[in-house]
This record gives sequence, C-alpha cells and structure tokens, in this order.
Amino acid sequence: MSNHPRLELVCPAGTPAGLRAAIDAGADAVYCGFRDETNARNFPGLNFSRAELEECVAYAHARETKVLVAINTFPHAGNAGPWHRAVDDSASLGADAVILADIGLLSYTAERHPRLRRHLSVQAAAANADAIGFYVREFDVRRVVLPRVLSVQEIAAINAEVECETEAFVFGGLCVMAEGRCSLSSYVTGKSPNLNGVCSPPSHVVYRKEGDELLSLLGDFTIHRLGAGVAEPYPTVCKGCFDAGDFHGHVFESPASLDASALIPQLAAAGVAALKVEGRQRSRAYVSSAVRSLRCAIDNYAAGLPIAARALSRLSEGQASTQGAYRKTWR
Amino acid sequence: MPDRTAKASTAGNRAALTLGPLLFNWPVEKWKDFYARVADEAPVDVVCLGEVVCSKRLAFYVDVIYEAAERLRAAGKTVVLSTLALITLPRERKECAELVRSAEFDIELNDLTALSYLEKTRPFRVGPFVNVYNEGTLQFLARRGAVSVCFPPELSLGAVEALSRAAASMGIEAEVWSFGRIPLAIAGRCYHARVEGLTKDSCQFVCARDSDGLDVKTLDGNPFLAINGVQTLSHTYCNLAADLDRLREAGVASFRLSPHSGDMAAVAQAFRDRLDGRIAKDEAWAKISGASGATAFSNGFLFGKSGVEMVR
Repeated sequence: MSNHPRLELVCPAGTPAGLRAAIDAGADAVYCGFRDETNARNFPGLNFSRAELEECVAYAHARETKVLVAINTFPHAGNAGPWHRAVDDSASLGADAVILADIGLLSYTAERHPRLRRHLSVQAAAANADAIGFYVREFDVRRVVLPRVLSVQEIAAINAEVECETEAFVFGGLCVMAEGRCSLSSYVTGKSPNLNGVCSPPSHVVYRKEGDELLSLLGDFTIHRLGAGVAEPYPTVCKGCFDAGDFHGHVFESPASLDASALIPQLAAAGVAALKVEGRQRSRAYVSSAVRSLRCAIDNYAAGLPIAARALSRLSEGQASTQGAYRKTWR
Repeated sequence: MPDRTAKASTAGNRAALTLGPLLFNWPVEKWKDFYARVADEAPVDVVCLGEVVCSKRLAFYVDVIYEAAERLRAAGKTVVLSTLALITLPRERKECAELVRSAEFDIELNDLTALSYLEKTRPFRVGPFVNVYNEGTLQFLARRGAVSVCFPPELSLGAVEALSRAAASMGIEAEVWSFGRIPLAIAGRCYHARVEGLTKDSCQFVCARDSDGLDVKTLDGNPFLAINGVQTLSHTYCNLAADLDRLREAGVASFRLSPHSGDMAAVAQAFRDRLDGRIAKDEAWAKISGASGATAFSNGFLFGKSGVEMVR
C-alpha cells in the first residue's frame, strides 16, 4: 500500500436521479443547485426543489457522501432574497457546504450561518495565494475551487502558501476564460453566467443550412460553419471558429473538453485536496461512467497502481480532450 | 506630500468624467504623447494609469508613468493607479503589493487580491473588473474603505439605479462604463500570441500591432469581437452619450471613457458638453462618431438586452 494522499472526488448532480447515480458510482461528494438563477447551471429540467434536496441529503449521508450546494451566481441588485433563502435553506436542510462566489453573499453567510462550511466557487476566480488568503481571512472559506487559468506548478506554489483546501477540475467542460469574469454570453444573448447562471443558452441557438454547409448561430453571430455530415458542436462563443487577421479557426479554444485524469499524480503532489468533475447538465449515464472511471483512477493512484490512460476519452465532447492550463504551453 | 485621501471627484452635483486605464499595448512614445494631450486638452476629472491587462507590457512604460502622473496632476486631474485585472504570478503579486502601498496616488483595484496588501485605513477605488453586482458587495467594500466603484459593464439601468442609490448612502461614488470597446473576458491564454502561432511566454509582443485590439470576425465576415492579448473585448464601442440624462437621474456620479486611438480629447469634450447641456444628444453623437473613428456603437446592456445592441 502506498502513502499517496487520497483525493476527494466531487461530482455533478443535475437532478436527484443524477445525484444517486453519482453516489452509486463512487463519488465522495456531490454538488447541486436550486431550481433558479442562484446557481451557475440554471438550465431547463435541471436542479433541485427544497424537498428534493432534503431527500437527497438523506440518501447521500446514509452513504457517507457529502452534499455541496452551489449558490454561485451573483445576487441581483435590489433582489438578494432568492440568494439569501438558498443559503438559509442549505443550512437548514443539512448541506455539508455551500459553494459561493459573491463577496456580499459570503459576508451574509459568514454572519448568519457561521457553522455552515463555505467553499469559494471557481466563479470567484481567486487565482493566487493572496486572493485566496483574503477569502480565508474575511469569510473563513475552507476550500477554494481553483480557476482554470493555473498550471500544475502554480497550483503547487499556491498550496504551499494557503491555509485552506483547494479543489481542481479534472474532467468535463472547459471554460477558456477566467470564470466569473466573462460576459461573452450576455454580449450576444443578454443572458450571463454571473447573473442568470447560463452561458450561450439554447434559447438563442439557431441551426441553419446554407448550401452544403450547416451553420450554428448564437444570437446574430455564426459560431460554427461546417460541411454536411460533420458533427456540429454546440455554439459556445469561446469555442467558435472565427477569422482574426490572417488566422482562421478556433481563436480562443477548440470544442475540446478537459481531461486531466492522467495528471492525478501531479495534482495530488501539488497538494490539491479534491478533484471536481464538471457536468451537472450531462446525462445520468455520462455522469455514472465518468465517476466510475475517475473513482478507479483515484483508487489506483492511492494504491500505487498505474492509472488507465484514456479511459475517459470516449466521453469527451467531439472526442477531443485537452489538459488545458495545467500544462503551461496551453497559454 | 503624499495625498492619502481618495476624494470624491465630483463637487456638488456636477457629473465627473473618468478616463479609464489604457487597455492596449501602445509604443511608449505614443503612450507619452497621449497622456500629455490628455493633461493639456481633455476635460476629464480623473485619469487612471497603469497596466490592467498583461503584466509583461508594464516594463515598456513603467519608467514614464510617474512623470505622466505628475503632469496630469499639475493639470488639475485626479490621478489613479490601476491594478492588474487577473493576478496569477508571484511577480504580479509583488508588483501589485508595491503599487497599492505607494501612497502618492489613489488606487483602483481590479482584482480583490489587492485588498490583501491595502492598509485597512486606506481609501480605494474599485474598477470594472471586480464583480460588484449587489448591495451586499457594495456594503462590504464600503466598510473596507471603497470611495468609488465602476460597475461591471453588463449591468442594466435598473441595477445601476439600485446600486447608485445604495452607493450614495454609503459614501461611494457610482461610475458607469460609458465609452469604448467593452471588456468581456480575461484569460490565462494569450489570443494575440495564439493566432500568430506563439504562446504567452514567447509572445514577441505581437499585441502591439493593434492599437485598439485585433478584430475577430465570424466566418460570414461579420465583425464580432476584438482580442487584446489575454483580454477579449466587444467589436462595438459602448457609447452612452445619448443616455446620460437618465443615468444622472439614476444617481450615477461619474462616467468612464476608455482610451482608444481616436481623438479622445474630442470624445471627452463631447461627453462634457452633453453633461453640461451645451449640446444636444444628436450633436454629441455626431461628434463622438467623428472623433472616435468607431464603426459601430452599442448600449444594449443598459436596457437589459444583449450587449451588442444599440437602443436609440
């Protein structure tokens, strides 16, 4: 048996059925949100009512799994009520932690619910040890979800300095921009991740055929234009195909998703406490499969065994995957 | 004598104009000429200096910042030093700490990292890159010493009004992004380098070729965005010149103009004249159009629509 640290596997739960699937597949913790604009996956058909959360907390706790509630959008001016109620209800329903991004809401939670554990959402984009230190000092944040702009070396340096746990994304959709600091979606659609919990929403997506080509548009802008028979990726602004000067192609990032499962040893050595899987909007089958593979990888690593590479590759969007900013050359 | 009091820049009810920090990588001579002209000709009350986008650029003009700051101050402007918007590297932390500890000028925070370095008694300004969306956040910043806040550009008029009223009650001056390409995102990756087949670490400062950012067009040739190193901006220039009356009524105290390579002194003059009621909306619009060289304007965020829209 090796002495490798055991990483906590934090998994997405878009629905009660998804939550049970993630737990049954081996999640150590699941994260979810209420069915409104208070969380960053405010999609139709997703998320939890109060009663559902209560049942799911019981299901999770009976299986020694934690439930983290994401309240990680920014309360609206003049209408903080829904966000305050989301925090109050998380506390009363027995959530193990809330995941927050807004300093006003952190302040409210620290004051009203000092014993409710606070995690800092990736939407706060705390990208260095001093920023993290600020949240720890001011709001007693116990864990910070690291923004996807950092290399593994930078994460190691941060962990050497901070007095809280860190959580890093290991698998799923990849934001190219610093999270919580992006208004590309609202520039095109009027709906933003920060205020509405959506990015490039389906309500503003149009697919159109032009000759032999299929176009996908977001609002008035063509994001992809592909030949017939090619799988059309979803038109997220930062994954689109554009012209910039003489460059023609994916100016920001190709429609690849993150797969850092091969970096589990490096992330563990960097002092990361937990690994996060993105994808509350994904199907139950997808989540089950991803969680099972990562559970196996983490357990193998903890036991000193090799990690099966590319076990997750068939789950990746468009079959392409990237290790993102964890490798410095990505920049 | 260090000026430790970040004073409200508006005397009485007069709306102020703030020239935001230059977001683009201009050659140092152009940089110097620009701020010399601002000192001599631009009717702005506050001028923000410093590197907000990419710390690699700072070395090119760090030596001339204080000279420009002194000249602007001698011309009666309130000078503000702005911090980087996304701080990751140890060098960037050190530079940010040094910047906010230098007591000579007001400080504008664009990343909450800076609050770690700021003395608890020191007043500060908050730039548009800090997420201030609600009264709770304003309250926290007010207690910590904020004297002015430039709201995120995606806020609607209703939100601006609610926050401006709250800000006033907390002694904070409310500011709104009013002119210039809208900063929409910031990243770890440098897109200017990427489109040249380079990486951020080997960028060769290719961003210096584009005074107002590099246009990003859709595959139909439709102008869409502009890249500026690690930053992504709108292709359209935000222009709230026709909306100043309602913003004043909403309690906005200051209007931010973001520097571009057009005639910024003339743009500022048009905003000043419109605020003072010397010219009508249409005239202000025509002057700004001519002086800025911009081909498309937008104000959609203010009306709760997509930011790219222009509501007239």
